Amino acid sequence: MIFYEELNKYRDFDFEAFFDGIEDSAVKKIIAKERLTQLDYLALLSPAAERCLEEMAQRAHSQTIRHFGRVMLLFTPLYLSNYCVNHCVYCGFQAHNSMERKKLTPLEVDAEARIIASTGLKHILILTGESRRESPVSYIRECVGILKKYFTSISIEIYPLEEEEYRELIAAGVDGLTIYQEVYNREVYSQLHPAGPKRNYRFRLDAPEKACRAGIRTVNVGALLGLHDWRSEAFFSGIHANHLQDSFPDVEVSISPPRMRPHLGGFQPRVSVSDKNLVQYILAFRLFMPRGGITISTREGKDLRDRLIRLGATKMSAGSCTAVGGRSDQESTGQFEISDQRGVAEMAKAIYDHGYQPVYKDWQMI
Amino acid sequence: MRDILKIGGQEVESRLFLGTGKFSANRMIPEVVRSSGARVVTVALRRVDLEYQEENIAAYVPKECILMPNTSGARNAMEAVRIARLARAAGCGDWVKIEVIADNRYLLPDNYETIKATEILASEGFVVLPYMSPDLMAAKKLAEVGAAAVMPLGAPIGSNRGLKTRELVRILIEEIPLPIIVDAGIGRPSEAAEAMEMGAAAVLVNTAVATAGDPVAMARAFGLAVEAGRTAFLAGPGETAQYARASSPLTGFLRD
Repeated sequence: MIFYEELNKYRDFDFEAFFDGIEDSAVKKIIAKERLTQLDYLALLSPAAERCLEEMAQRAHSQTIRHFGRVMLLFTPLYLSNYCVNHCVYCGFQAHNSMERKKLTPLEVDAEARIIASTGLKHILILTGESRRESPVSYIRECVGILKKYFTSISIEIYPLEEEEYRELIAAGVDGLTIYQEVYNREVYSQLHPAGPKRNYRFRLDAPEKACRAGIRTVNVGALLGLHDWRSEAFFSGIHANHLQDSFPDVEVSISPPRMRPHLGGFQPRVSVSDKNLVQYILAFRLFMPRGGITISTREGKDLRDRLIRLGATKMSAGSCTAVGGRSDQESTGQFEISDQRGVAEMAKAIYDHGYQPVYKDWQMI
Repeated sequence: MRDILKIGGQEVESRLFLGTGKFSANRMIPEVVRSSGARVVTVALRRVDLEYQEENIAAYVPKECILMPNTSGARNAMEAVRIARLARAAGCGDWVKIEVIADNRYLLPDNYETIKATEILASEGFVVLPYMSPDLMAAKKLAEVGAAAVMPLGAPIGSNRGLKTRELVRILIEEIPLPIIVDAGIGRPSEAAEAMEMGAAAVLVNTAVATAGDPVAMARAFGLAVEAGRTAFLAGPGETAQYARASSPLTGFLRD
């Protein structure tokens, strides 16, 4: 079964009625369980479960140490191009925004890679806007060819591709895929993506499965928090990850819980997602998928990120920059403002200070 | 008579092997290894970073130890083979622990792919120690294709559940003419001692030490437990009985 069909089962699900029926005692029982069902996971995302956050945190902490140890994998994003034909109303790179568009030349990719590699990082995430004219698969493949000299793991966060195209990029050296559905609710998705190929909800939803079939090693999914009710979106993100793990047991699956940040265009989040909400989501996911990865970006601030080290996070970006060529040219506009401005060395020190080891390399291109 | 473990023609002074994942800092590794007495230390090639010595996990393995790179991350035989070759090219020696895992939920090994990888690497001169699910036929095949030892799991990796596969491991110990090294699942020193008492040639421990409150002390406890278990095995423990046996109810009449 593909995930789309699984998602359809929840089309008319009444989340509010479900949450109304959850009592503290049920939550406590779920926390103690070895293996959670989908609805157990949803119960941990309920308002009632907010009263059991400490118990959830204790369990999440010990599960994470058991499965991952006291380590935190570091990576950084590299924006290759901000040309975009989509009109996502919440994004700084959307086609309507008047800003200087840019894509890195091979020499510039090399220069940025050199700067990043000098920090010791070996894992990189490359990003582009959606423009098959300006940043086609062939361009991305060319960039991967350059980046291979500097990094041992290359992930992509680009527009959704066909299986064959994923295969092509994997053959070139890509081992990881990040693709956010942004919002799983179909009506909201349609409102927020008024034009451009990204209007195609289904094509985006199917992308992780295509990449897995093509042989990708790691896949990272999630919803952009702030676009719609976070509890149901966190639920769908989690069952999406779980579905991928069930269907592709040899793929390392993770989620990201990105919260909206200020950006050019100034779209205001539709719902606010508090730190407490975010932590509840992370803990619930950890208990639902004890071996699932949890990626925390620099969208979150320094203090919260430091606290998340012990609450189930397994991977963090550091020394981030959301502008194309922004590491060599400080003037360029980013996709959104980052919050945690610490460099790689500073971040590594903070991780050590919390009794964890920063890991720079956790894959070797083979 | 000296009781020395021999693998791939090399004498190994300690029957405790250590893993290096999950520690809160690489700099703890030398002290942990020394405190345990281990002489074989496994390191995931995926974590070895030759360009960044300060964070290079392999650089923290004491020189007197045999470095045994493992193929963590390999999903099939060919990936394991490629990782092993990269490890050798990177100067990590001839020993390799094969890990082929295509199941991220339980991290259970794929015996079929493991056998294929073992055959290729053994033919290339590697000292191959395959991690496997304890299955007699698979272990026989591994021995046939050139494994230097066989490493059955006691319980899933990182589970700290102990020797759940006890009966199956016992059969391997009885039937396979190679050192049987219990790998994965051992959570407490008493469980390591139990495996050694049964006749395991060695045990490999990682999570139980790395995630202990005091890894150095726990490493020492494992070292002692392995030695105690081995000594007990060599001493030949007496038979156990459910009730005290005061007389011979069936044959007592034969005593004049």
